[in-house]
Amino acid sequence: MSSHSTTYVPKSAAAKWLESRLPIIGLVHSSFVAFPVPRNLTYFWTFGAILMVMLVVQIVTGIVLAMHYTPHADHAFTSVEHIMRNVEYGWLLRYLHANGASFFFIAVYIHIFRGLFYGSYKAPREVLWILGVIILLLMMATAFMGYVLPWGQMSFWGATVITNLFSVIPLVGDTIVSFLWGGYSVGNPTLNRFFSLHYLLPFMIFGVAMLHVWALHVPGNNNPTGVPIKSGKDALPFHPYMTVKDTFSIVCFFIVLAWFVFYMPNYLGHADNYVPADPAATPAHIVPEWYFLPFYAILRAVPDALLGVVLMFAAIAVLAFLPWLDTSKVRSGAYRPVFKVIFWAFVVTCLVLGWLGSRPAEGIYVVLTQIFTFLYFAYFLIALPLLGLLEKPLPLPNSISEAVLGKKQASGSGMPVGAAAEPQSKG
Amino acid sequence: MKKTLIIAGALAASLALSSGAAQAAGGGVTPPRQDWSFAGPFGTYDRAQLQRGFQVFTAVCASCHGLEKISFRNLAEAGGPEYSQAQVDAFAAEFLVDGGYDEFGDPVQRPATPADFWPSPFANYQQAAAANGGKAPPDLSVMAKARTFERGFPWWITDVFTQYNENGVDYMAAFLKGYVDPPEDFDPALGNWNLYYPGHIVAMPNVLFEGVVEYPRDAQGRPVVPETVEQYAKDVTAFLMWTAEPHLEARKAMGFQVLVFLIVFAGLLYFTKKRIWARVGGETEGHATG
Repeated sequence: MSSHSTTYVPKSAAAKWLESRLPIIGLVHSSFVAFPVPRNLTYFWTFGAILMVMLVVQIVTGIVLAMHYTPHADHAFTSVEHIMRNVEYGWLLRYLHANGASFFFIAVYIHIFRGLFYGSYKAPREVLWILGVIILLLMMATAFMGYVLPWGQMSFWGATVITNLFSVIPLVGDTIVSFLWGGYSVGNPTLNRFFSLHYLLPFMIFGVAMLHVWALHVPGNNNPTGVPIKSGKDALPFHPYMTVKDTFSIVCFFIVLAWFVFYMPNYLGHADNYVPADPAATPAHIVPEWYFLPFYAILRAVPDALLGVVLMFAAIAVLAFLPWLDTSKVRSGAYRPVFKVIFWAFVVTCLVLGWLGSRPAEGIYVVLTQIFTFLYFAYFLIALPLLGLLEKPLPLPNSISEAVLGKKQASGSGMPVGAAAEPQSKG
Repeated sequence: MKKTLIIAGALAASLALSSGAAQAAGGGVTPPRQDWSFAGPFGTYDRAQLQRGFQVFTAVCASCHGLEKISFRNLAEAGGPEYSQAQVDAFAAEFLVDGGYDEFGDPVQRPATPADFWPSPFANYQQAAAANGGKAPPDLSVMAKARTFERGFPWWITDVFTQYNENGVDYMAAFLKGYVDPPEDFDPALGNWNLYYPGHIVAMPNVLFEGVVEYPRDAQGRPVVPETVEQYAKDVTAFLMWTAEPHLEARKAMGFQVLVFLIVFAGLLYFTKKRIWARVGGETEGHATG
């Protein structure tokens, strides 16, 4: 991005003037117009664009909601109802924002699992991957704090449970918790700082997402074969091929989102959050939003609170070490017969953990949670390191075009040879 | 592409749906499924039902429960009971509300106007609790969205496709007629026994009895709908669904327009994409042949 080698040639005098002072049009051109992408990307590669759009949707709806929302323990619940009733299309903004958060996570989880299957975390994309893990963490913090803002029962008690996690840290735990709360329990100062941070973090996500795109544009996209672009035949320019495909995918994603926003806007939430926060009454079950359930299950897997917290954070942190835990030289799971099976077992493990997170921590559920927590970590710490050494991968195609078009090198011109061989020669 | 979409869809659905299971709440008897005019993609409120429900609310519920998110003016707005402006003016005028201070600084009261919120039956939480055996009756404005029951597998999955999200109202209607004979060994000192309330023991007593509210009459002088507990429960629940979700009709109507637009747009984009990709020999998914 910084010193890009662009093929953009400004035509108008104004564009020439600007380009010689700030080459921003060339930057956009090289990143989103001429950028060479492997010609074999599936729809799983459209979730990056979906996520970009969702981030913008969340920021835009969120900014307007903030114009009508009152971050005060005595008024927050009422101000949300005010948005729902009296603000023009306030119900639409709020339901878009609330369901948008869920769909943001649906998209990011598909995006992550796609990366896991096709080995998108492997060299030379380690930094790209780690930036993604940072985005995931920021998203989780943002979503958690956003759920506190309506100041319903689940907001209040969710905030209480999650902030209390930090109290298990030896020596400084209680100090940290008081600092998070701004007092000695979850209260108005907590709501105020959560609102402030909930407004701040999306812009940090935006910043890291820009770095994520930058880090993508150095090595270029991975693809289903995992074989890098070798010639012009392997690649297509981003525009119009990916722009039209991404747009189609985004609109399809919006159809599903609209189904929830307009017809079942509270399905993904909790009824308890329509009860105003009451510090004197604990809800029967305190359950986080669905996208936290697997991690919530891991948190409760062990009886020791400190170990539970460590495991929960480790469950996310382990992702950052993935590039070095996976020892296989083959990037794409498509050519790894044993890995394929283990990968899908891992997907099932995550889903089961999500289900267990929604169950009360008692009886058989505790045992199951422990088993599946073990399986979760086993994927990263046992299966991936060993598989690379033991598994015999299938033969890789010589190039993307060979995999796609067959050995006879069928028609289809692709990009001019040379233009695509190296997506970006200088970082 | 088909395979990708199926896998993506399945993954998305299963991830999203984990939350259905998360909505587990309490242990009670599953409420019977009711027919609601506002269910489904084209659902609308039944004006006459909302007006009857409002009647039940004012006659039965309002002496203990507040409805603080509702203004009198809402009763005349489109998509609700749609009373006439004159009727709403008359409802409002029956109430006295705080009118600020007079020129001597003494507090004064004035008749309510349509812009005022529904006055609460008690001055404050403590008074409400004291008058009701220590437990203040909750405000009913969003109650229809604040209650639910566990649907269980596989219903929490099928609900997404059938758009069943009337959990709250099914529970409320069942609750209101759930004051059946308690088990023999039940100690009445504990409270009231309700079949559908999680845990069965509830502070609120039975309030609905046959004929307790007089419904509008037809030409022969007979009530237009039966004056039964069943009907009262259903009507007041429908009214409380409206208070919880006053823009439901607008939301569902817009949803249909949005979906039609998005589906047509997606179709056009699909063919545009096909055409563009035809230049390079069509879309060729890069799945490994092995």
